[in-house]
Amino acid sequence: MLKVRVIPCLDVKDGRTVKGVNFVDLKDAGDPTALAKAYDEQGADELCFLDITASVEGRGAILHVIEQTADQCFIPLTVGGGVRGPDDIIRLLRAGADKVAINTAAVEDPDIILACARKVGSQCVIAAVDARREGDGWGVYTHGGRRSSRCEAIAYARRAVELGAGEILLTSMDRDGTKGGYDLELLKRMRDAITVPIVASGGAGHVGHMAEAVTVGGADAVLAASIFHFGEATIADAKRALAAAGVPVRLLEDAR
Amino acid sequence: MSVIVVDYGSGNTRSVVRAVAEAGAGGGVRLTDDPDLIASAERLILPGVGHFADCARGLSARPGVMDALHHAARVRGAPFLGICVGMQLLADAGLEDGETPGLGWIGGRVERLDTGDARLPIPHMGWNELEIVRPHPVTAGLGARPNAYFVHSFAFSVIRPDDVAVTIRYGSRVTAAVGRDNLFGTQFHPEKSQAVGQKVLENFLDWRP
Repeated sequence: MLKVRVIPCLDVKDGRTVKGVNFVDLKDAGDPTALAKAYDEQGADELCFLDITASVEGRGAILHVIEQTADQCFIPLTVGGGVRGPDDIIRLLRAGADKVAINTAAVEDPDIILACARKVGSQCVIAAVDARREGDGWGVYTHGGRRSSRCEAIAYARRAVELGAGEILLTSMDRDGTKGGYDLELLKRMRDAITVPIVASGGAGHVGHMAEAVTVGGADAVLAASIFHFGEATIADAKRALAAAGVPVRLLEDAR
Repeated sequence: MSVIVVDYGSGNTRSVVRAVAEAGAGGGVRLTDDPDLIASAERLILPGVGHFADCARGLSARPGVMDALHHAARVRGAPFLGICVGMQLLADAGLEDGETPGLGWIGGRVERLDTGDARLPIPHMGWNELEIVRPHPVTAGLGARPNAYFVHSFAFSVIRPDDVAVTIRYGSRVTAAVGRDNLFGTQFHPEKSQAVGQKVLENFLDWRP
């Protein structure tokens, strides 16, 4: 049976892991490579690296951090931030990424998803959707949450999947860093709309929220940052809570 | 020990090389598309990520690589490990974006995953529990409930049941590993499957078919 994945997310700025609230007020959370190694040892199912200021500052992503991490971790790495097209994806995959998340560039020109999927396969191409509540729906934001795109989140995700995105990384900007729980309504609406895996992101305050994202929201994977970086919960705590809610998870002891 | 990882422009070769080195090959693992090195390899690994057709094209576009692979794996019988699309290429044909011939070393076709359950997301992405249906040296000692990392939308539909070594359940039963003679292939990514994956690679390095 397929397991629900627990994914620690490292937001990286200037080579350091940072974490903010609602995408701002960033606070230092440590050395990304050291954190990645610790999560690998704790039994994380995947790691996610987001170079959060890449598209604001127009830089490419942080290849050296990815190389260092890929050399020490035996789990899949998703990398995002500043990805403009197939050439960027290939550079990141060569550095050791397994999947690449595209946000700003794909919202501005969704056909980039098609070009990337043709080049490296859908399974490598993740559409990252930063969604903020707007009336009855959710708007898509770009540039690390700084700009409204005037796209509607569910419609955009549908289009991204049609063009070849193999997964949706769905972040609720309203919940990000608030520890108030994932946006379950957003997750449910997305689940009903698309057939590729959904990674729930934004709002995990305790491990119970993760179980909810799966049992109520229908997520295939749960992503969190603060609660792991600041030692409030371990990966094992998260998996125990998921297992207790009847969610299938991979436990390190199963392999021993 | 000398292990050749075939470089044909596909896949996460860096991770594969690193994982194989860590599993015991050390500095003896080499990434190359040199036909002479491939033809004389002690052990061969064929990685692969992406489309079946792209990978098949990438392989045949490298001068001499197909013949060298054939010589090493079929004539000399060197131990061969295919990973993900590298495993799918063992099939007669792949049906991703039209029909593309594969190596044809293990009978069967690579078809779109049919889970029989519309609620199950495609791609099949994440950790799934391996069910060893036929004991094989490469899958020995994996523990009671081994999980490995998968990411794919197509699966190897094998003609001869004896060629299937490992399956998983994703709606229906899906081929997770194949093995025949000196050939072994995994749909999952051992290089991304922590201790379980490392054990598979260690076993492959020790395997004397």
